[in-house]
Amino acid sequence: MDELASMQLTAAAGPVAAEGDTLTIAGRTMRSRLVLGSGGFPSLELLSEAVAASGCELVTVALRRVLAGGEPKAGGSLVDVLSAAGVGVLPNTAGCRTARDAMLTARLAREAFATDWIKLEVIGDEDTLLPDAAELLRAAEELIDEGFVVLPYTTDDPVLARRLADVGCAAVMPLGSPIGSGMGVCNPYNIALLREAVDVPVVLDAGVGTASDAALAMELGCDGVMVASAIARARDPARMAAAMRAAVDAGRLARAAGRIPRRRYATPSTPDEGLADFG
Amino acid sequence: MILLNGQSADVQAGEPVSAILRHMGLDPDARGVAVAVDGEVVPRAQWDSFALPEDARVEVLGAMQGG
Repeated sequence: MDELASMQLTAAAGPVAAEGDTLTIAGRTMRSRLVLGSGGFPSLELLSEAVAASGCELVTVALRRVLAGGEPKAGGSLVDVLSAAGVGVLPNTAGCRTARDAMLTARLAREAFATDWIKLEVIGDEDTLLPDAAELLRAAEELIDEGFVVLPYTTDDPVLARRLADVGCAAVMPLGSPIGSGMGVCNPYNIALLREAVDVPVVLDAGVGTASDAALAMELGCDGVMVASAIARARDPARMAAAMRAAVDAGRLARAAGRIPRRRYATPSTPDEGLADFG
Repeated sequence: MILLNGQSADVQAGEPVSAILRHMGLDPDARGVAVAVDGEVVPRAQWDSFALPEDARVEVLGAMQGG
């Protein structure tokens, strides 16, 4: 058995971030900076294992038509699994193409899950699933007026992020790259600029493909990372969840530690002083 | 005719929303379920009293893995 395969998940998932380091969004304080998407898991059992391995405290869920006697089973089983895991539910408006549909979905989610929190998604393009900025801003503004805690899935545009924060969004969730693409953080400069542009928490959402992407997002200053496909579609979801947990912690620590500047040429780490002269 | 999740349903106008849920075999107390009629949310507290209008378009939604 190879060494990696025999590694205990608990060892990989051990807490490395500073004690007491927490993320607060709209008054809710979480020890974990990882948000898990529940979509794409082959089974609820694998989802449950990934939730445990990730250490996350917030998991997204969607709303879809209930088929008589079919799936989803009246919402029961998924909600029960998340409830048993002790994590909060973050409903989303995935699949909505207009502000109107997203607002109605948010109101239904409030009814279904008894939470004011909504991960607001308004999709503007079928191939890239990129957000529709105009509809997103409009929906965010109206939902905030209705008392929702809005976490918008947005582009990596710092100006749009500022507009969303200005209308009262509790956090912003910029994409690293398109949903499910696994391309990581395509424009790290924008993510860093966006982080500086807003005072609300920034949770990178979409595009994370593997652990180093999550670490990079945190190193760029993000306050948290949301991961769905990269865990759900990994060969071993629970192990990838543990990797993401460690990566978020590592990136957070590296950000706090302060990285060295990049240079084009070498800087010796061993002094030349006292160098022997061999004639 | 009542349209339930896009399909004609064996429920009459005038019946309460809870009749639809029974028709679907759903437990009205189940978490993670929400109902909209003609594009408006029907709060859980009104499921027994809200009468379906003629030709109502009813959406019954439930929690699903996503996002």
